Amino acid sequence: MTFPHRHLLGIEALRPAEITTLLDLADQYAALNRQPDKHADALAGLTQINMFFENSTRTQASFEIAGKRLGADVMNMAMQASSLKKGETLIDTALTLNAMHPDLLVVRHPHSGAVDLLAQKVNCAVLNAGDGRHEHPTQALLDALTIRRAKGRLHRLSIAICGDIAHSRVARSNIMLLGKMENRIRLIGPPTLMPAGISEFGVEVYDNMAEGLQDVDVVMMLRLQKERMDGGFIPSEREYYHRFGLDAEKLSHAAPDAIVMHPGPMNRGVEIDGTLADDINRSVIQDQVEMGVAVRMAAMDLLARNLRMTGEGAA
Amino acid sequence: MSRLAFLNARLVDPESDEVSVGAVLVENGTIGDVMTGQIPAPSEGRVIDCGLRYLAPGLVDLGVKVCEPGERHKESYRSAGLAAAAGGVTTMITRPDTTPAIDSPETLEFVTRRANEAAPVNVLPMAALTKERAGREMTEIGFLMDAGAVAFTDCDRVVTDTKVFSRALTYARSLGALVIAHPQDPGLSAGAAATSGKFASLRGLPAVSPMAERMALDRDLSLVEMTGAKYHADQITCARALPALERAKANGLDVTAGTSIHHLTLNALDVADYRTFFKIKPPLRDEQDRLAIADAVNSGLIDVISSMHTPQDEESKRLPFEEAASGAVALETLLPAAMRLWHSGLVSLPALWRAMSLNPARRLGLDTGRLAKGAPADLVVFDPDAPFLMDRATLRSKSRNTPFDGARMQGRVLSTWVGGTCVYEKP
Repeated sequence: MTFPHRHLLGIEALRPAEITTLLDLADQYAALNRQPDKHADALAGLTQINMFFENSTRTQASFEIAGKRLGADVMNMAMQASSLKKGETLIDTALTLNAMHPDLLVVRHPHSGAVDLLAQKVNCAVLNAGDGRHEHPTQALLDALTIRRAKGRLHRLSIAICGDIAHSRVARSNIMLLGKMENRIRLIGPPTLMPAGISEFGVEVYDNMAEGLQDVDVVMMLRLQKERMDGGFIPSEREYYHRFGLDAEKLSHAAPDAIVMHPGPMNRGVEIDGTLADDINRSVIQDQVEMGVAVRMAAMDLLARNLRMTGEGAA
Repeated sequence: MSRLAFLNARLVDPESDEVSVGAVLVENGTIGDVMTGQIPAPSEGRVIDCGLRYLAPGLVDLGVKVCEPGERHKESYRSAGLAAAAGGVTTMITRPDTTPAIDSPETLEFVTRRANEAAPVNVLPMAALTKERAGREMTEIGFLMDAGAVAFTDCDRVVTDTKVFSRALTYARSLGALVIAHPQDPGLSAGAAATSGKFASLRGLPAVSPMAERMALDRDLSLVEMTGAKYHADQITCARALPALERAKANGLDVTAGTSIHHLTLNALDVADYRTFFKIKPPLRDEQDRLAIADAVNSGLIDVISSMHTPQDEESKRLPFEEAASGAVALETLLPAAMRLWHSGLVSLPALWRAMSLNPARRLGLDTGRLAKGAPADLVVFDPDAPFLMDRATLRSKSRNTPFDGARMQGRVLSTWVGGTCVYEKP
């Protein structure tokens, strides 16, 4: 079982076997997390710093719990409030933290590539918790684990990703991961929310939900990121919901046992019908949150093993 | 009378479109004669045996940013002048996008004085087209011309108000002034850090379609047709803009166009893992566009190749890609980078020298850029084959933001001459 990476910056650098390795380990942690005693010691003695340059409740909490369950000393830094306001650059901040000898640095940043930049300047393991519109690897991995557990496999599935693809790092990481695992990917959304060059991604593109959802096994909804809109991508929320919001009628075009996913937080009544989101027979949204902790435990465990092997980091 | 003879050289003559072995005789800083064949050494004066290396007119670089006034720590006239000399650039046409902008005769006089004191090469300044480059009121074009401005441009800022721009063009025409514009639709390109396409989408970078360039060029050419002004597009970088340019020239409009050496030698994929030294304006295009532009240089549709030398300090580049400043230094890499085009068979040597020397000089009404009797002895001796590994630490610019750091290059300047005086000799 090998995972020859120093950082987890994106799905792009991972090979299919490495993804499987990580998901297998995450499965074990998912079992552990259902025990009354949830403690393991894979990260004992290590220091984990969560640096979030962009607001996050769920992802940060998930990384924090994952670290604590594995015995790491976890510190959260809300970066908007601190140094950036004082004019300190990202690299200075990184170097300052680096001097405190963290072993794992979990970073979210509003600009694409910022986490890669930071990873070049520190000598600990860096986990990308989302950079701009680029990647959000642990989200794609937790989605993959959820699909694998619900469907029994992670290949030869027909998977629809719906909504704001253009601004979504979740979509990019998922397209890469699910493509590497040899699934059929469909993207559904208004053309204004599709990235340029999408025809070269090896995916099928639809602007109609009924057609796009035809017989798919997995329906992955994306949050309509209102704060990312420069304005004018869609005419109105209600027209968007009418044409692209997932409800029972639109879902009826999918396979009868299709599962419904959403990375959260949901805009009920904008991209997804509230009742459908709560339907335990179709929605695996709560499972995604649960798998999030397990996947992050597995990712940090694998990176920590490499750290200990190379003797770098806090040593 | 001071005499100087360059013997036994391969002469690159952009006017005759030929490369031939011969000699250039210089008298009092001016080319006295150009002869082909083996010429015996003259009895008096200094003799340079070029040993069958190449001799060409010095480069005339249209669009160099020197950061005086305002940001002298990024580039001064002294450092830019030394970089130019080492790069074979004998005339720098400087940009007015300084802080403050060069938009008044007083600022222009300061700049000219600084340039003459500090730079070993010719420096001719451009001035802003509108005050503070804000696109609202035109500058004192007449006074600025009297003070030595050779062209008028707001650099990478587009005059969005077509009424303001058309009046400025009309006024400039009455004085015979050249207006240089940056064709880029400001709405479509707002916030863009890359050219739209698969690569930018994968990297999650805000991007602009090359169509923004064609749209703005179409607009500008309509206004040129309306006003009859003398117009130059600073950088044409995509295939889609070429038909409009070709039409405008065929219709007899007084239009020329340039491009940057980086757009001719690099493409969008070179950004790779968010390398900010490759962030330039407009952003690097795809390979098809690069080849189309190189072809247009070779055919003469695109008239000018510029370095678009834009110094940025480390702090402005050590940032996430979207936040990092645009621009690259290129005075010293212009010639070796251009040799890539020759070595790969895309552009001939005389065509390169038309674009880097003869055409920009002609467009600005300068006498230089030629290997002809009576022209100033602004010359460069170079070896187009000499290989080297580019190390940015060796650059003479105060800022060293070159995308060619670590690149294998071919083509070295051996000596540079301005008015018959040696301003650089390869150690």
